[in-house]
Amino acid sequence: MKTIKLIQFKIAMLTLVLVAVGCERDISDDAVLSEFPNTGDIYTDDPVGLTDEFFISFDPAEGANTEGFGTDDNEAYIGTSSIRIDVPTPTDPNGGFIGGIFKDRGEGRNLTGYDALTFWVKGSTTVSIGEVGFGTDFEENRNAVILRNVALSTDWRKITIPIPNPSRLTQEKGMFIFSAGTQDTGGIGYTFWIDELRFEKLGTIAQPNPIIFNGQDLVQQSFTGSSIPISGLTQTFNIASGQNVTVEAAAAYFDFNSSNAAVASVNSLGEVTIEGSGTATITATLDNVLATGSLEVTSSGALPAATEPTLPQVNVKSIFSDTYINETQSDFDPQFGGSTTQTTTVNSNGDNFLIYTNNNFTGIIFENTVDASALTFMHVDVYAQQAGVQVEFQIRDIGANGEINTNIFTGQPNADDADFRFTASGLTVNGWNSYEIPLAGNIASQKGNLGAIILAGGPNFILDNIYFYVP
Amino acid sequence: MNNIYNKTIIKIALKSFAVVSFLMIFSCDPDETQTVATFNKLVMADEFDIEGAPNSAFWTYDIGTGPNGDGWGNNELQHYTDRTENVTVENGYLLITAREEAFSGSNYTSARITTQGLFEQAYGRFEARIKVPYGKGYWPAFWILGNDCAENTWPQCGEIDIMEYLGDELTTTFGSAHGPGFSGADAITKDYVLDSDRFDTGFHVFGIEWAPNYINYYVDGDLYQQITREVIFDETDGEGEWVFDNPFYIILNVAIGGNFPGSPNSETVFPQTMLVDYVRVYKQ
Repeated sequence: MKTIKLIQFKIAMLTLVLVAVGCERDISDDAVLSEFPNTGDIYTDDPVGLTDEFFISFDPAEGANTEGFGTDDNEAYIGTSSIRIDVPTPTDPNGGFIGGIFKDRGEGRNLTGYDALTFWVKGSTTVSIGEVGFGTDFEENRNAVILRNVALSTDWRKITIPIPNPSRLTQEKGMFIFSAGTQDTGGIGYTFWIDELRFEKLGTIAQPNPIIFNGQDLVQQSFTGSSIPISGLTQTFNIASGQNVTVEAAAAYFDFNSSNAAVASVNSLGEVTIEGSGTATITATLDNVLATGSLEVTSSGALPAATEPTLPQVNVKSIFSDTYINETQSDFDPQFGGSTTQTTTVNSNGDNFLIYTNNNFTGIIFENTVDASALTFMHVDVYAQQAGVQVEFQIRDIGANGEINTNIFTGQPNADDADFRFTASGLTVNGWNSYEIPLAGNIASQKGNLGAIILAGGPNFILDNIYFYVP
Repeated sequence: MNNIYNKTIIKIALKSFAVVSFLMIFSCDPDETQTVATFNKLVMADEFDIEGAPNSAFWTYDIGTGPNGDGWGNNELQHYTDRTENVTVENGYLLITAREEAFSGSNYTSARITTQGLFEQAYGRFEARIKVPYGKGYWPAFWILGNDCAENTWPQCGEIDIMEYLGDELTTTFGSAHGPGFSGADAITKDYVLDSDRFDTGFHVFGIEWAPNYINYYVDGDLYQQITREVIFDETDGEGEWVFDNPFYIILNVAIGGNFPGSPNSETVFPQTMLVDYVRVYKQ
C-alpha cells in the first residue's frame, strides 16, 4: 500500500510540474480524449470520410429530386472537381426540389476543435439557396444547425456557418444539409456548385448572442401535466467579415434552467414540462452566455375537464373526443409552410386535450372525408388562459376531388372546395367555452366531403370535444 | 500566431529572448508580451490600478465635439464627456465606454483622455495593452500628438497613430504617421492583420519605438512597419517633412462614426467599452 501511494504522489508531483512549466491554455492536440476521428474535410475533390454514395436525398415521395445531384469535373474552386446541384422546376417529374444530407458513414466525427462549417459556392444565377447547415443525420438530428437564404453569386464565394457550441459535437454524423427550390426564380431551374466543404477552426467566430423564444420574454399560463416546447432558438456570431451570422440551432446546443423545478422542468431537448402549481421562469445559456428570451410559466394546477357531451353516439360524427368513437383519424399537426403553430396532445387524468401554442394558422386534416349531409352543427370546447384570445374555425368541405384546394394568396377555398368560417371570441379566461357552430353559409348545401378544420389566430388555446352532430 | 504583412518584414535581434522565455515559462503571464522593442528605461506607467477617475497626474479630458464643433474634423458623431459613464478605472483597467444617448445635440457619448501638459516626451517607446469594441462605426485609437499644434497647425505639429481600428474590420489594426505632405487620407500607414484571431476578443499590445531617425510599429511580438525620413521622402515624392522631434502627448479615445468608419448600423451594439490594461512609456 505504501509503495502505491508513493508512486501516486510522484505522478501527482510530475503532473504539477508539467502544468506549471507547460503554460498550456488549451488541451493540446495530443491530449484530445476523443475516440472518434476529428477529420474536418467533407468534400475537396472527392468526398472525405464518406462513401462514394455520400448524398442521402430527402424523401422522393415528398417531391425531392434525386437526379439533380452529382459531381462536376469541369468546375472547381480548388482542384479538379466540385459538387454540382441542379435545382429542378416544381413540375419536374423527378421531383420539384432538391435537398438532403451528407452523412459520415463511420461512427461519427469529433468536431469539438472546429468553430465553423465553411464551403465555397457558385451559382448559375444570382438566387438564394433555401437552407444549408449540418447536424442532421436522419437519425435523431440532435445537433441540427440551419442557415437560411444563402445568396449565390455567379462567382465563387465563401460561406461560413458558425458552430453554435462546438463542445457538443463529440460524435457527429450529420456533415452537411442543403435544400433548394425555385421559389425565388419563378420556377426556373438553376445550378450551383459547392467545393472545399469542411469544418474549420477560424478563430474569428466571436461575440455570441444566443436567443430563445425569438428573444421574447413570454408569460404564459399553463397547467400541470402539459408541456411547452422551447422554440425560436438561434445563435448569432460576428464573423471576420464584420457580418453577424444567425443560425437556427437545435436545443442540444443550449443548457436550460428552471427557477423552480417543482413547477416546471426542462429536458435537454428543450421541452418544458409543468410539474405542479406555482410560477417558474425558464432561461437558457449557450456555452455560458445567457440567451435573450425567457418563459415565465404559471400553473394553477391541473386543467379542469370540459363538460362531458351527452348526445347519443348516433347523432354524432366525432373528430376529437374521449366520449365518442372517432369518425376518422386526423392529422393534428399538418405543419403547413409558414405556420408557427406548436400543437401538442396532452393527457391529463385520462382526458385528452389539444393544446395550440403560438398559432397563426394550422389545421385538423381528416384522413377520410366526413359526410355531414344529415348533420347541422359542429361542437367544440375552447379553453383560453389569456384575455383576448380569438380563434377562427374554417370548416372545409374539400369536394369530390378529395383534395384541399386553397388559393395560396387569399387563403380562400379554390376549385371544388367550400368553407364556413366562425370566430370564437370574448372567451371566458381560465374556463371552458362551448360553441355550437352551424354548418351554414357555403357549406350549408355542400357538406358531404368535410375534409379539414383550419384554425387561424389565437394564438394560444386548448381544444376538446370536436364533433359534428344533429341535435 | 502567424501574421500577414503588407510591406517589408523587419527582423530585430532579440537580445532579451532568453530572459523573456524564462519569465514566460515560470510566470504563466497571459500578457502578449512584446519582444521587439529595445527601449527599457521606464519613465511613465499607468497600470490603472486605482479605481475611479483616471489619475489626474497623467490624464486630462477633451470634451465636446471638437474646437470647431465639427466632430473633431472628421464629422464624428460622439460628444466626449468626463462622466463616469464614459470614462473610469475599474478592476485594473481603464474603461472608455461609448453610449448611444441624446446628449448636447449628439446621439452618442464617449471619452477622449490625453496627457497634454501632464506627460509629454520626444522619442521613446509608447505602449498600451488594449481590447477594443466591435461593430460598424466604432473607431478606437491610441495615438500621440505633437505638443506644439497651437503654434504649428496640424499636420505640421505631427501625429503618430499607434493603434487605430475600425469595428467592422475585426482582424485589422493600422499604424500611421501624419505630417506636412502626408496627412489625413494620405498619411503613411500600414495594416497589421491577425490570422485566426481578432482584436475585439482579447487584449493585444500596441506600441511604437520612436527614435530621432525611425518610428517602429509593433503589435504583440511583431514589428510590422518602420517609418524613417527616407520612407517619408519616398512616399511623398520628397514633399513630406519629418516633424517627429518635438515632445508629443498621449491620447486614448473611442470615436463613433464620421467620415472614416461610417455611421453605426442597426447591428452595432451600444454601449461597448475599450479596455486598457496599461499605458507605459520608456526611453532608450
